[in-house]
Amino acid sequence: MATVDLDNIKKRFGATEVIKSVSLNVQDGEFVVIVGPSGCGKSTLLRMVAGLETISEGELRINGTRANDLEPMDRDIAMVFQNYALYPHMSVAQNMGYGLKIAGLPKPEIAAKVAEAARLLQLTELLDRKPKQLSGGQRQRVAMGRAIVRAPSVFLFDEPLSNLDAKLRVQMRLEIKELQSKLGITSLYVTHDQVEAMTMADRMIVMNGGVAEQIGTPLDVYERPETLFAAQFIGSPSMNVIAAEAREGTLHFGGVTLPAPTGITGPVMLGLRPEHLSPHPDGPVEMQVMLAEPLGANTLLHGKLASGAGFTASLPGVHRVMPGEAPLRLSIEPQNLHLFDAETGRRIG
Amino acid sequence: MAREITGMVERRGAGLWLTHLLMIIGVLVIFFPIWLAFVASTVTQPEIVQPPMPLWPGDRFVENYTAALFSGVNVPVLTMLANSMVMAIGIAVGKIIISLLSAFAIVYFRFPARNIFFWLIFLTLMLPVEVRIVPTYEVIAGFGMLNSYSGLIFPLIASATATFLFRQFFLTVPDELAEAARVDGAGAMRFFWDILLPMSRTNVAALFVILFIYGWNQYLWPLLITTDPSMNTIVMGIKQMFPSGDDVADWPVIMATSILAMVPPVVVVISMQKLFIRGLVDSEK
Repeated sequence: MATVDLDNIKKRFGATEVIKSVSLNVQDGEFVVIVGPSGCGKSTLLRMVAGLETISEGELRINGTRANDLEPMDRDIAMVFQNYALYPHMSVAQNMGYGLKIAGLPKPEIAAKVAEAARLLQLTELLDRKPKQLSGGQRQRVAMGRAIVRAPSVFLFDEPLSNLDAKLRVQMRLEIKELQSKLGITSLYVTHDQVEAMTMADRMIVMNGGVAEQIGTPLDVYERPETLFAAQFIGSPSMNVIAAEAREGTLHFGGVTLPAPTGITGPVMLGLRPEHLSPHPDGPVEMQVMLAEPLGANTLLHGKLASGAGFTASLPGVHRVMPGEAPLRLSIEPQNLHLFDAETGRRIG
Repeated sequence: MAREITGMVERRGAGLWLTHLLMIIGVLVIFFPIWLAFVASTVTQPEIVQPPMPLWPGDRFVENYTAALFSGVNVPVLTMLANSMVMAIGIAVGKIIISLLSAFAIVYFRFPARNIFFWLIFLTLMLPVEVRIVPTYEVIAGFGMLNSYSGLIFPLIASATATFLFRQFFLTVPDELAEAARVDGAGAMRFFWDILLPMSRTNVAALFVILFIYGWNQYLWPLLITTDPSMNTIVMGIKQMFPSGDDVADWPVIMATSILAMVPPVVVVISMQKLFIRGLVDSEK
């Protein structure tokens, strides 16, 4: 059980700054997901917490003690790697018990702890197998088991599900989340998959270009994205963003007028989530539908606005599109409009 | 390998017989001199020198081999076999240890001039023993290691080839394994011993076979530094048995020695064949 505090953490490789000052306080038992596109520095951040990368500047505290210069094994952490990193020549039991063996625990104690973790992860039958003889999901479980066995203060996950197929990913996602809340171990979880981030996180950090764009609960980030990047990264399909002009309580773009919060004037970026749009005969937004993607429960409609800008709407149920059909009229609730500064991309309303 | 597989899958009828016929002829051609040597080692001296040479084994097997093993021409063959064994195993084991450790250092540690060191090692690939034999002799003589096992072994122990081979293998080992070991609390040598070494075992076995034969077949170097007959190795010993001037060659004993000299490498190859082929074909990850 532990807290993890990152205090203005920076990372430089030579002259390039890959992490530009990230601060975060992870509470005891909290599950924090670091999410962002590839190359945003999320893995580097995790590896700095693990002690696999040095911290160029700033302070890392695990359980209140400065951990910048501690070896990974002295940080009381366990890590699950993307490719599982199981030792190929060791059996499942040996893989799980290796850390304990190094720590010098007596054999019966190691066996007991491994058996306990194996029971928790339903690996008991597989303890004598080699990693080669396991399926992807089973390997993933062994990697988890290796982390659990040592009863660490902090779990670190580096994209642990990205090598699994979609169905298994959903299942393992639930298992990891369930396990974490059962064990109550503070966790940091890196992923590029926003669905994983939304479903698993107590809180998440949206990272982009070495900067934490927003830190908050998944619903916070979804409902009130602080930046244009966070707005577009979280949510699927991603948010429609249109350049608009704000005047005295109204928004204008391509002949469309929408209500706007007062006190904002000048050019803004307007964000509309596809799932917040609904068909309405007098709707202000007019969209020429080009393509429909039926997903069963809802349908994604891709098309163009009158101004020619690309636009996506997600409507419940099934919608068929005929070529040459009249444009679809859509309306949106005023509270679902997101406004961002056209230059800085920060939220203004 | 590939040919063997197409053979198993596709060849039928006449093609199959033809390949086998060619293979058998090939084996006979290669095997015939060895057969002659074996025949010569089981007959008497007059039978060899009198044409035509016999083609079937005689009845002197036990006598000739006992004579070779226990008295030989200059030294008992048993002594030379033991010397060769010590040298070959010493070279093979030494080379493997040194190259494993240096490859480990080059791949897993960041230290100044790391690349320069690697290229220096790599450069020595181009310098065979024969090129540096005179200075090496000077050094060994200076250390007083003539006529000793250390003198036979040490100059041949550094191996750029093996270092390079292990380096290439270590590079294919995912970085995450080293990181996982670090998180598990394993220090560098612990990681080497517990994880890297077991993963390299097929490579080690393959290399052991190659290097054992390399060591066993050393001729020039032992010839230079062993003047005491009791330190002779078997490969040079055979040459020493040849008559010079008016001596009469004891051909049956020489042939018995030759056959005996072949036995250890053959045993090593056959006993380690499985691991050897696995080591050459796949690098188990």
